[in-house]
This record gives sequence, C-alpha cells and structure tokens, in this order.
Amino acid sequence: MNLEYQTILAQLPYSEPFLFVDELLSVSEEGVKGVYTFRSDAFFYEGHFKDNPVTPGVILTECMAQIGLVCLGIYLLEKEDLPKDASFALSSTEIDFYLPVFPNEKVMVISEKIYFRFKKLKCKVKMINSKEELIAKGVVSGMIIH
Amino acid sequence: MISDEIYDLLEPIIKTYLPEDVSAIDINRSSDLTRELNINSAHLVDIVLDIEDKFNIEFKNEDMEKLRNVNDAILLIQQKIAK
Repeated sequence: MNLEYQTILAQLPYSEPFLFVDELLSVSEEGVKGVYTFRSDAFFYEGHFKDNPVTPGVILTECMAQIGLVCLGIYLLEKEDLPKDASFALSSTEIDFYLPVFPNEKVMVISEKIYFRFKKLKCKVKMINSKEELIAKGVVSGMIIH
Repeated sequence: MISDEIYDLLEPIIKTYLPEDVSAIDINRSSDLTRELNINSAHLVDIVLDIEDKFNIEFKNEDMEKLRNVNDAILLIQQKIAK
C-alpha cells in the first residue's frame, strides 16, 4: 500500500475492536476502494447469531462508512487543506443487503462520491465478496465536524 | 423576486426535512432552522442544495454561517438573485 494511503489509515479515529479497514486500493476525489477481512474471533460473532456466526448488517454498514465515507473524507480534507483534527458523524444510511458475510470473508467496499459540500459527504457505496458478488449497496452520508 | 414569493418556494423545501415531531405550521420567518425546527446539520445542507437548484444560485461556506432562520435564507436568496 502506498504511503499516501497509509497516512489516511493512520488518521482513522477507530481502533480494535471497531476498526473495519485493512487496506485502501485506490483513492481519488471521486471515490475510494478498500478491503477488509472479518476475523473469525471478532467480538460480535459470539452472539450474532447463537452458534451460527454471521456478520451483523450494522457492522457491514460500519465497514462501508469507514472506508466509503471516513477514508474518503480524510483524503478530501487534505485536498481542500481543511483542518485535520476533524471528527466524523454519520448522518444517514440507506442500505440494501443481498448476501451474508461469514467469518474470515474478505470484502471490498467501493464508494463513489455524490457530493462533498458544506462539510457533508454523500456517497453511493457497495460491498462485494471475493467472487465479486454483491453483498450490499446503498447511500451513506456523514458530516465532518471541526 | 419579492420576499413573499421566495417564502412560498422555500417553505415546501424546508417542510421536506422537518423531523416528525415538528409540524409544518411551526414554520415562520423567524423560525430558527436548527434550534426551533430541529433540522440537523446534514439536512441543513440538503435544504441549501435544494435552494440552489430551485433558485439557480450558489451558496458559499460563509453564507452557511449566516444562515440561522428562514428570514436569513430569504435575504441570502434575494441577494444572490439580484447579482
């Protein structure tokens, strides 16, 4: 992963057990692409579901927001020379789910910017599995707060 | 455009983003968009983007800072249309 992408990841305001970004594959002003592998020892598999571990939809949404909104947001803040000590707030999500994600699955999140204005970032996001099948897609938006 | 005409075009835009606990009857010219009408900052951006489309104008970051109530919006729209 190139240095620029590593710098973005280093600025993410998350840590284990709530960091859902492993690597960024591409970032531009128009969008971002990144991957994450759900470890089988993640805390939520213990209860979701009883004896039948499946990644919760809210965690998939969080993964899409961390890659699709926050990583892209950090990149856009740097481009616009805005203060880097910003925090992020999710403001809206509308996601449809198509396939389950099981422990140890690697997913790719692809996000396309719809707009970034007045510190609101709105993106079209989708998540696909290693067979390139659609797991989830929708629209997420968030505010950057200084 | 006189301010009544602007108000008539503005009101339905604001109405779209009102939370369920606020009624459209509560909208008046002195309504504070975030404090009284309970519109969140993300929807305030949506309102501004809808205003831009409706009136074919463009808001700048500093305009956002001046935007507190319905009257502020009307004044900003009037200034921009006049340019």
